Amino acid sequence: MEKPIKKIAIFGGTHGNELTGVFLVKHWLRDGAEIQRTGLEVKPFITNPRAVEKCMRYIDCDLNRVFDLENLGKKMSEDLPYEVRRAQEINHLFGPKDSKGSYDIIFDLHNTTSNMGCTLILEDSKNDFLIQMFHYIKTSLAPLSCNVYLIEHPSLKYATTRSIAKYPVGIEVGPQPQGVLRADILDQMRKMIKHALDFIHHFNDGKEFPPCTIEAYKIMEKVDFPRNENGEVAAIIHPNLQDQDWKPLHPGDPVFVTLDGKTIPLGGDHTVYPVFVNEAAYYEKKEAFAKATKLTLNAKRIRSSFH
Amino acid sequence: MPGDLGHTSTVCLGATLQAPVTWRSPDAHWQEPLRRVAVTGGTHGNEMSGVYLVRQWLRTPVDLQRPSFSAVPVLANPAATAVCRRYIGRDLNRTFTSTFLTSKATPDELYEVTRARELNHLLGPKNSSQAFDFILDLHNTTANMGTCFILNVTDTFAMHLCHYLQLQNSEPPSRVLVIEASEDTTFSVDSVAKHGMTVELGPQPQGVLRADLFSRMRSLVASVLDFIELFNQGAAFPAFEMEVYKFLGCMDFPRSEDGDLAGMVHPQLQDQDFEPVQPGAPIFQLFSGEDMLYEGDSTMYPLFINEAAYYEKNIAFMKSKKLTVSIPALPVLTPNPTPLT
Repeated sequence: MEKPIKKIAIFGGTHGNELTGVFLVKHWLRDGAEIQRTGLEVKPFITNPRAVEKCMRYIDCDLNRVFDLENLGKKMSEDLPYEVRRAQEINHLFGPKDSKGSYDIIFDLHNTTSNMGCTLILEDSKNDFLIQMFHYIKTSLAPLSCNVYLIEHPSLKYATTRSIAKYPVGIEVGPQPQGVLRADILDQMRKMIKHALDFIHHFNDGKEFPPCTIEAYKIMEKVDFPRNENGEVAAIIHPNLQDQDWKPLHPGDPVFVTLDGKTIPLGGDHTVYPVFVNEAAYYEKKEAFAKATKLTLNAKRIRSSFH
Repeated sequence: MPGDLGHTSTVCLGATLQAPVTWRSPDAHWQEPLRRVAVTGGTHGNEMSGVYLVRQWLRTPVDLQRPSFSAVPVLANPAATAVCRRYIGRDLNRTFTSTFLTSKATPDELYEVTRARELNHLLGPKNSSQAFDFILDLHNTTANMGTCFILNVTDTFAMHLCHYLQLQNSEPPSRVLVIEASEDTTFSVDSVAKHGMTVELGPQPQGVLRADLFSRMRSLVASVLDFIELFNQGAAFPAFEMEVYKFLGCMDFPRSEDGDLAGMVHPQLQDQDFEPVQPGAPIFQLFSGEDMLYEGDSTMYPLFINEAAYYEKNIAFMKSKKLTVSIPALPVLTPNPTPLT
């Protein structure tokens, strides 16, 4: 039995140039009717206002990488990067991380330049509640497709802004250029939030969700661009891979093409599923795309404990 | 500069519009082939096709070589390119005005003002006889503009170049955007040389390098240099007519009192660059849900729809009208050009 959900936050502007979340949150701060559900506190919040103001991803460092306990525990000082100071403030308001008082659910809204469509990001493959929520969202959105990306990995998982909540949910919609607000992308993200809140409302109302199964893509490895001796990109995403997020990639398929026009194929001996193909913000993180495997996640029956 | 002027003729801009055009007489300028040609990339440091092409050419310049000349690759805004931003202090491609170019250097001036003066020294001086013959400036846009050439309608040489490019590279089709500016009102990198043009390819997000646009940009540059070579070898380019889009003005997003966005480009307008928009068609969708309609009195052709860099310039899209221009023949180079040195 799970306790009913009480406190939810919706974060926008964790990356200041990913505009859909910024404008949805700003709209909901003015008129929150759409995100209210009886018995639930739903708080919209801009996490990186200085980056939003400058329409940049971040000021000093990526906010979505500094919510680890070490950074959250550092002594507050003006010398700390802006985003680390901001992370500590956010942890006070919506956490503290790993404590009883933290928010139940945080939805963190993101865009990507990759052709990933609607994406839900999961950090824990054993989380029945979230797997049930994702199953509900996917079913409600159909025929619009929505993929689940599992970032549970011993070394590749990162300390996200939303990780201070008991149930962290990443919402990523693309493709959208940085600094651009597309109406179609905003509509898709809006629908994802609506279905998520409906699910929570049904859950709190005592609805029983029988065991379910969803398909998911689990991150295995990040692949950098081939680079020259100066560290500059020497080969780029091949036209056959560009925009083909989630589609199976087989050994021998073209992956990169050098600036001189030579094709570089996928090595290895098994099919992979590419994700975050040609994301602008990942050039500096040395990631041209991520390789994922496809798996199924199972969730047990869930029902709120007050019924 | 005035001493170079030859006779004046007219370029017909559709049935109702005619503008005077002056080109240098066959006795003066066109005795000489075009020798000093520059290709600039990274004028905006996050428009990646040009950045990577210039980097490539700086390592292996052979692609820019032709029998009668070699084009010089220039990374126009190195500081912005290094941090993958459009600019550091101000938009470099708006800084080539005589006010900025002739201003006295100060220690606290913006990076791009210093850089514009450097480029004017390297490729100009603008409006002088020592200026480069041709500058080709490479850009990307987040708008769905495909292949677009941007130039001054009075630059007959560049108009012929566009015509040649359209014939050589017909798949995918390209569009020509003409602006009407005099030497006092131009402000872009390509206005430093005697002739110039901008190539704009999209859609591509800032900071992203797409292989398809990279190779298309590279082919286009090759065709530009081929055209200049043909001209230098004495080829004749007769008069022709061409459909162009003439820049009319800009439209901002609907905004609230505090200047923040109040709506978005309407889904029916998004990605519809160069498609006709009739009065009454929806152009914006407000966050409150209503549609805002186009209130002009005639068909409008939008472009640069939802370009990321234009939000801060208060531009949601630009307006243009479609018309046909008649371009006179290019004077042919004399049969025995100056021997190659």
